[in-house]
Amino acid sequence: MQTVKMVVTGPFSAGKTQFIQSVSEIEVVATEKPISSTAERSVKEATTVAMDFGRITVDDDLVLYLFGTPGQKRFDFMWEILSEGMLGFIVMVDSTRPETFREARSILETFRAYAPTPYVVAANKQDMKYAWEMEDMRHALRLDSKVKLLPCVATDRKTVKTVLLELLYSILDEMESGG
Amino acid sequence: MALRGNLRDFTITQLLNLINLAQKTGTLIVEGPNETAQVAFREGKLSYARIGHEENGLASVLHRANKLSATQYRALQGRAGKMTDKELGLLLINAGYITQDDILMNLQLYFTDIIRRLFTWVEGFFRFENEMLPPDDRINIRLDLENLIIEGSRQLREWERLQDEIPSLDMALKFTDRPGANIRNVNLSVEEWRVVSFINPKNSIHQIASATKLNDLDIRRIVYGLLQAGLVEIIRPEGGSSALPTRMFPVEDREEQKSLVNRLIGRIRSL
Repeated sequence: MQTVKMVVTGPFSAGKTQFIQSVSEIEVVATEKPISSTAERSVKEATTVAMDFGRITVDDDLVLYLFGTPGQKRFDFMWEILSEGMLGFIVMVDSTRPETFREARSILETFRAYAPTPYVVAANKQDMKYAWEMEDMRHALRLDSKVKLLPCVATDRKTVKTVLLELLYSILDEMESGG
Repeated sequence: MALRGNLRDFTITQLLNLINLAQKTGTLIVEGPNETAQVAFREGKLSYARIGHEENGLASVLHRANKLSATQYRALQGRAGKMTDKELGLLLINAGYITQDDILMNLQLYFTDIIRRLFTWVEGFFRFENEMLPPDDRINIRLDLENLIIEGSRQLREWERLQDEIPSLDMALKFTDRPGANIRNVNLSVEEWRVVSFINPKNSIHQIASATKLNDLDIRRIVYGLLQAGLVEIIRPEGGSSALPTRMFPVEDREEQKSLVNRLIGRIRSL
């Protein structure tokens, strides 16, 4: 059995666990703990402390694993371990929480430094009233025009599929351009 | 219990605070990744500092501060080689070259500059030696630590922010292709121009810092400014491992890898 993996990263509460849950064929193996900080608890009740783990079986011979990284900075020692051997990575950003954009950029730069693998940025919660416009997000996240910034709603399988497909297309493009 | 530990757990600012509050006398030895610093205190006040093998005698401190010309410095090195700093200080004051206040102020600036450099160290081990006093032959100062502690806390916040913005110095820089962005129209400092002159996709930020003799904090400050102004962007260095890592695929043949990605695409589409 051959296995490949993709990593879903991003700041705390960006929607990484939900993203994986939307496409995983198994119940996501989530390592969540109740949040201790009051400020963070107001955003959500539990957070990933080690990793989330989802699976998509392609055929008898191939399985894709999706790993979600812990979003809180104090668990960032896990990031490099999780990024080892990844096919590519997705940076999730909550479009309604501009206060997390700087951290998202930092996470993106950290993962880019780990390995020259393709990546896409998913602007989550684009269905919400206070979601930032995509173009504004591109500027705020300082993304080059060549970087794919994709609208996403982590609870909506269709948009999650699009994000995964766009990452796979980028991987193919990279291979064809001799990467 | 000896005061010793790791800078990851206890920052320089926290150490200064402790030394200040406990009115400690002794020497703080900090072993950084590249060099070791020794900072001496008397009753919680800074009295002396040295870093690595940097020449820190009175003559070189005054020469660096442009209080002594190169010729005077060379002459003093030749003639007063065996003099202690205290003797040399007296000689210079009596000869009317410099005042006592000038000597103390320049030493203070030099020692505080060493502390400022230590603020940028995030890796390393420290220990405090109670028995180790500042060298007798050197001129000691008595400087309250409060202002340095406040400055250190400010710098620590800046450092954390800059580390968030530029987490890895192994990346390279390139000028943006954005129309209208022209570096010639921007007012840059001498240090910024020096950094700009090394910007090339082949040079990592680390290499630029070494070539321009900037510490991690200063190079991050300059790169952050250039990034904010939209003049440069961070890229992976050219000539490194730009090809996709082979271990990301369970197969080695390029065609098989492509087929694997196409199978993944087919499966995701069918979800």
